[in-house]
Amino acid sequence: MARTHGASEAERLQAASSTRNAWALSAPALILLFCAAAGPLLVVLIYSFLTAGPTGGVVWDFSTEAWVGVLYTRDIFDDGNLVLADAHLTIFWRSVKISILTTLITFVLGFPTAWFIATRPLKERALWLFLITIPFWTNLLIRTFAITEIIRNEGLLNKILLGIGLISEPLRIMNTDTAVLIGMAYVYLPLMVLPLFAAIDRFDMRLLEAGYDLYASRLQVLRHVVLPIVKPGIIAGSILVFIPSLGAYVTPRVLGGGKNMMIGNFIELQFGQGRNWPLGAALSMTLLLIVMLAMIFYVRAATKGGKSHG
Amino acid sequence: MAKDVTKAFGQGETVVRALDNVSCEIRTGEFFTLLGPSGCGKTTLLRLIAGFEMPSAGQILIDGQDVTGQPPNRRAVNTVFQSYALFPHLSVAENIGFGLKMKGIAKPEVDRTVREMLALVRLEAMAGRKTSQLSGGQQQRVALARALAPRPKVLLLDEPLSALDLKLRKEMQVELKRLQTETGITFVFVTHDQEEALTMSDRIAVMSAGKIQQLGAPREIYTKPRNRFVASFIGETNFLTATGVPGGAKLASGEVIAVDTGGKGGQITLAVRPEHVEITPPEAQGAIPAEVRGSVYFGTDMNYQIALPDGAEIEACVQSGVTGEALIGQGAKVGIRFAPGSVLMLED
Repeated sequence: MARTHGASEAERLQAASSTRNAWALSAPALILLFCAAAGPLLVVLIYSFLTAGPTGGVVWDFSTEAWVGVLYTRDIFDDGNLVLADAHLTIFWRSVKISILTTLITFVLGFPTAWFIATRPLKERALWLFLITIPFWTNLLIRTFAITEIIRNEGLLNKILLGIGLISEPLRIMNTDTAVLIGMAYVYLPLMVLPLFAAIDRFDMRLLEAGYDLYASRLQVLRHVVLPIVKPGIIAGSILVFIPSLGAYVTPRVLGGGKNMMIGNFIELQFGQGRNWPLGAALSMTLLLIVMLAMIFYVRAATKGGKSHG
Repeated sequence: MAKDVTKAFGQGETVVRALDNVSCEIRTGEFFTLLGPSGCGKTTLLRLIAGFEMPSAGQILIDGQDVTGQPPNRRAVNTVFQSYALFPHLSVAENIGFGLKMKGIAKPEVDRTVREMLALVRLEAMAGRKTSQLSGGQQQRVALARALAPRPKVLLLDEPLSALDLKLRKEMQVELKRLQTETGITFVFVTHDQEEALTMSDRIAVMSAGKIQQLGAPREIYTKPRNRFVASFIGETNFLTATGVPGGAKLASGEVIAVDTGGKGGQITLAVRPEHVEITPPEAQGAIPAEVRGSVYFGTDMNYQIALPDGAEIEACVQSGVTGEALIGQGAKVGIRFAPGSVLMLED
């Protein structure tokens, strides 16, 4: 009896020590995760509930003023009554709109590109993928300024178009949403191409013949066979493009000018010239919420669409 | 159906003629088999009929209509692919209904046909499953049902049984034959398996090097092979070289074998199946003296290697005895007789 008891005691101890081991082994990862992700986020969350310091920084007084400031401004001529901040809403809306358009444009350009690469002979594929990644070698800022050289009023594009007589006046692209969109589509295209390539590469090309054989036209094969099967790649590519687009900072700053701000620039403004750290923190949390909501909505819609397909 | 079709791949001096001026007519409602070794052009011919490839020259006719320029989705022809090529994102029922849906047929009609097809291939219980959850044999039957559902004029089958194990293959052979009889659809079946071709087909086209070597009923192909290729590809055959003389053919060692040479003189090639070679005592009436070189046991049969006086070696196939022991030892002097009418003169 005592012996049995001893044995089970030993087992219990062993189980406990293996649990301890598991925690000890995953500790580095957990510490890193806390320091790099959860911790900073917590700081941002706390800052968003503090009061702005007079020259930047925060004063440790609880306040919801920053969260109110996300959507409202105080009318300084009318006893500080709350007024809906149109400018803020415009910035949110522009950010979402440009991000959605960027995702669509990169998909339309990226799908044929990925298809082309995936249907090359195995030896050539590595070269094409390599070419796709070349832009990553150069600093984003430099590449964005390079685009400026192309699209500005006296830039390459206008010189060519004027030269061949297609237009009589230079196109004013710089400092518009169009300029931002061109830049964003350029920057994020590889992030769409790579997951699409991975999905198309796994696609069994023999299914195309099966589709044609069963009375589907080319377009129908694309819609009813190819797209549903490579959908995981489309979802991955869209997420990879949409999320960084929403928080984009450099591209809208350089190509959009001061007037065409996106959320990223607006947040930077609060931490810089605006000297309103709590508002910046609250805006950051708002961005996080928008991204999370958009992702939940998108992934739900995408997977539901899959079930009704076919 | 196929008329003077040539399919050439490549350009300039490296042209490979996968099909060289092939013509054949396939009868409505028959089970037609294209038989040949890999690379003989049988799959190319099938793909030309399906419309996946365009002929370099010649025409494809279906019901007398020229369909050469029509893409696959406009031809009333469906294919059962070697890899099955089932759509992984669709259920069994959706796979079977795909062709009908693409044809623009109304949903109730599609659903009704899908149910009929599921019953025809006995997969009613699997309608809602994903195709990846099915066994190889079941996937095969879904592929069949999917291709049969739009009721094509011709069903093309590209070595559909090659991925199945032997037992399942035998079952599917019976199943295919049943489906063909029940639906009355013309089947064009591609295989390299001669036994499969012999047991299932109404007619067989034996192909090699981009040409049809012989076209006929299975019995005809087996008993009256036209040339050396057909004779050796289908079943086992002994070849003898002889000289045409009045009333038969004379071996180099002087013996005359009774065979219809059509009056052809000079050197000719004779073919005789091992099972038609009879081993007799050396002194038997009309026997050619010969010597046993060895024997191989095959279970039901025993194969003897026998040397003829002119040095040629042939095989004789006899039923094994009860013990399975070779009844005639190596080096034994025997006589050889060929069953009446069993020796054929080949064209080449």
